[in-house]
Amino acid sequence: MSFEFKIKNSQFKILKAAAFAACSIPLALLIYNGYTDGLGVNPIETITRSTGKWTLIFLLITLGVTPLRRITGWQWLIKFRRMLGLYAFFCALLHFTTYIWLDQFFDLMEIAKDIPKRPFITVGFASFVLLIPLAVTSTSGMVRRLGKRWQQLHRLIYLIAIGGVIHYLWLVKADTRKPLIYGAILGALLGYRLLAKWRVGEFFARRFALSPAAKEE
Amino acid sequence: MLIRNAPDIKSSEITDKSLYLSRRKFLLAGSASLASLAAGAAPAWLSGVDEAYAGTKLPGVQKSRLSTGEPLNSFKDITTYNNFYEFGTDKDDPAQYAKTLVTRPWTVAVEGEVKRPKIYGIDELMKLSPLEERIYRLRCVEAWSMVIPWVGFPLSALIKRVEPTSKAKYVEFLTLHDPKQMPGQRRGVLEWPYVEGLRMDEAAHPLAILAVGLYGEVLPNQNGAPLRLVVPWKYGFKSIKSIVKIRFVENQPATSWMKANPSEYGFYSNVNPDVDHPRWSQARERRIPEFTKRKTLMFNGYGDQVAQLYSGMDLRKYI
Ligand code: HEM
Repeated sequence: MSFEFKIKNSQFKILKAAAFAACSIPLALLIYNGYTDGLGVNPIETITRSTGKWTLIFLLITLGVTPLRRITGWQWLIKFRRMLGLYAFFCALLHFTTYIWLDQFFDLMEIAKDIPKRPFITVGFASFVLLIPLAVTSTSGMVRRLGKRWQQLHRLIYLIAIGGVIHYLWLVKADTRKPLIYGAILGALLGYRLLAKWRVGEFFARRFALSPAAKEE
Repeated sequence: MLIRNAPDIKSSEITDKSLYLSRRKFLLAGSASLASLAAGAAPAWLSGVDEAYAGTKLPGVQKSRLSTGEPLNSFKDITTYNNFYEFGTDKDDPAQYAKTLVTRPWTVAVEGEVKRPKIYGIDELMKLSPLEERIYRLRCVEAWSMVIPWVGFPLSALIKRVEPTSKAKYVEFLTLHDPKQMPGQRRGVLEWPYVEGLRMDEAAHPLAILAVGLYGEVLPNQNGAPLRLVVPWKYGFKSIKSIVKIRFVENQPATSWMKANPSEYGFYSNVNPDVDHPRWSQARERRIPEFTKRKTLMFNGYGDQVAQLYSGMDLRKYI
């Protein structure tokens, strides 16, 4: 399915700037709405929910890079992955900050009790903590230094995203539709990887002799 | 800024109800009351001929000693931030989608263990007892609260009228079930129709009211028009909206939230800072639109009046 679509370095720079701007839109809107009384009747709830939602969305977009790259053959997509992952971390940081500041008012005793007590907070907190080493090791220097271990470490994102969906599923009162939609998307993204790992494509290609390459083998 | 100055909002937005009313309804309501003035007749909403639109002024509303003197939440707060799953599960869904609810004509069947069962028309019900303004705190199970000027009458007035038999131990309430008018009912988020219930002595308590209005006017649809329960010492979901049936029964009714999640929602659901919901601490609450949280009071601050209803009961067990 892959077809040539290469881009020059100068084009890439423009594209990256555009992507950066696009990723900033949710946050810019949140700030704009904050200043124009547009966050509704319960602004703090709106901020908590919005930052949580965008953490999950950025995690899913980050996880979408590899499948999209494989399917399209556009290798340069990989260069956006770090930025997307860092946006996820940044949103998570804001989300966690709204919790300790606007929800708990820096009451550390209360927070220490709350995190293990409420399962949805426990899972969210675990996901957030696991994101920290990934953000710290996201620099090119770290990628080089850690070598193969970098890849192993960054597989934590699967766990983090699963935790994010469970966190969402456990916090809704009755309407599980939205967390299940996010869960289905995550399932597809992780499922793709499993299928790729098991070489299901190759298996079918060989079995039904669809490609000449498979016949020769 | 998002940190809003509470007193500012209140005084300006109380009068700003035209914001909520669609222009058409606003004009209609206006002309209806003009017409009734001209004819020297009872207001249109009382005659039951014209539709009583949300925003129509309710005449002759008396003040009550049971009202709180705390600052009121704005009309906008109360009418744009609602849990009313029949119109969707987001807080702004009811304000957007409740327009499809037709509140006139409307009947309420009062039946079961009573000597005088009857199907009441809504306008008849509204004349059952003098309308009173009741300014109550409302504490949601999600740990936010408001102060709301309801208009209504004591539930006990209706109870007296229908004369429950000795078998009547509980009162069960049912919301309208009509997915055409209530689009949220097309999905099985909860078991429809919404069911709530009270013990007889709770229902007969002077604080329990049937509300038909808000801020001196006919109740907006998203707040449970045309008739809703208000039980201020219990979490908000007990105060069932858009009631079509009131049944006097012998056994404790199974309510919608008990059926949805029996470990998290009990029949009593009294506001209690010492018993946490499994997922939210109930010790504190955010009084909209305040920035910091305040301590939640036992029975939502109505303990002096209602605590005796539960004497001898372990409220950690009977949640
Ligand atoms: C990777 C980590 C996390 C992800 C992906 C995430 C995601 C989400 C999502 C999607 C929501 C619901 C938004 C909505 O209702 O539209 C949410 C709500 C929330 N999250 Fe997180 N979250 C994470 C970490 C945390 C942490 C560390 C905390 C606190 C310790 C936390 C506390 C909350 C709270 C209090 C809510 C609001 C619950 C409510 O409104 O009832 N989350 N989060």
